[in-house]
Amino acid sequence: MGTIIEGVQEAVHLITGLDPEILNIISVSLRVTGTALIFAILIGMPLGTFLGLANFPGKKIFTALLYTGMGFPPVVIGLFVFIFFSASGPFGFLNWLFTPNAIIVAQTIIAFPLVAGFVMTAVMEIDRNLLRQMESLGASRLQLLWTTIKEARVGSVVAVVAGFGAIISEVGAVMLVGGNIRGRTRVLTTAIVLETRQGRFGLAIALGLILLTIVFILNIIMINLQEKELD
Amino acid sequence: MKPVYKIDNLRKKYQNKEVLNIDNMQLYQGEIFGLMGPSGAGKSTLLRLLDFLEEPTAGVIEFKGERFGTGREPELKQKRKITTVFQRSALLRTSLWNNVVYPLKLRGEEISGEKKEEIEKLLEQMGLTEFKDQRADKLSGGEAQRAALARALVFEPEVLLLDEPTSNLDPTNISIIEEMIKKYIKKENKMILVVTHNIFQARRLADRVGLLHQGSLVETGEKKIFFNSPEQELTAKFLSGELVH
Repeated sequence: MGTIIEGVQEAVHLITGLDPEILNIISVSLRVTGTALIFAILIGMPLGTFLGLANFPGKKIFTALLYTGMGFPPVVIGLFVFIFFSASGPFGFLNWLFTPNAIIVAQTIIAFPLVAGFVMTAVMEIDRNLLRQMESLGASRLQLLWTTIKEARVGSVVAVVAGFGAIISEVGAVMLVGGNIRGRTRVLTTAIVLETRQGRFGLAIALGLILLTIVFILNIIMINLQEKELD
Repeated sequence: MKPVYKIDNLRKKYQNKEVLNIDNMQLYQGEIFGLMGPSGAGKSTLLRLLDFLEEPTAGVIEFKGERFGTGREPELKQKRKITTVFQRSALLRTSLWNNVVYPLKLRGEEISGEKKEEIEKLLEQMGLTEFKDQRADKLSGGEAQRAALARALVFEPEVLLLDEPTSNLDPTNISIIEEMIKKYIKKENKMILVVTHNIFQARRLADRVGLLHQGSLVETGEKKIFFNSPEQELTAKFLSGELVH
């Protein structure tokens, strides 16, 4: 119990003192996860919208693959990214392993099926009559796609938050492909693992509290948006 | 009168079941055509084909002199001359105003100055001014249906297709909508097709009327002739309420 209390006290001290190491870890985390999230949105939203709207042979298999992707163990994704970007892998020439780029690739692969899956569900719930009406009012295919995403915005927000939540709190893949290099690829989760192993509980707790706060703030924003939409 | 549509041997099948089979039909500029028929007659299917929302299985729809059919649909520019107001008003989850200006935004039109005044005048004529900032999903059935019609009229389509625009509405709402339809046909180069179950409404609105039965066009004619001395026995049965399916 004493360790926890001491740890919390140290955590408060580190956070309020704006410890440079903590600030660096937060900055790397947000930059890497933010970039991965943007890529996941760029891939996942159109894909989810397409799957929600279109009917084509093999859609069931495609959807099943997407659902599998949603539940794919991140560490396995990390393993494949590691192999692909290792010196002997097909993308080895890029020298991305143990750089933020490798983490971004892994996190994008983890997040985009989640974004696509949630968006697909939201799009499928939109009244087909509404889409037909939009087409009748003169919407081009691209405009129809955009209108659909806007109509499914509550689901789309959930998709983005789910994607962000999954990758900001992910540790296995990030550790594998990023290597937890101080100042470069050390993010909140990998830093917590390292500090805990080294017995520096204060720093670990501080980082844990920050991670929780980020996820909490994001969820508050999401709830507010949902309430505004459903009001 | 100049034909807007010429239909030639139009067929539509869903899963090998033929739902529409029209040999010949013409619709003219400046007219309100009332399309009647029992449920399942193919009225809504015909509307979707005329709006080019679906392709026919066979046959030709000539629209303003250009022939379209299976594998050949009009370009977006042509399609944008036509619109349908569906039976169930499908409004976006945003304000009434945003719904009404939606087709203009699709066409990249600026909504300011004179245009804005025109839209406000349209809303006033339709008794919608007080609801313009209200979310569309909070509108009553009548208000929503008026909003759907305003949204269709705002970009002045050459062809207005109305699928039972007043079903389940109270007399006040019916009167507003019918007045707007009558006013709109007086504008240049317009054509309106109204699907209605209501014989009285067809009498009030239409210039010509047609009866669709089991996918086939039984009869079309001038309103007076159609209602007072129909040529076909099936039409007479429908008008007397004997034709259910």
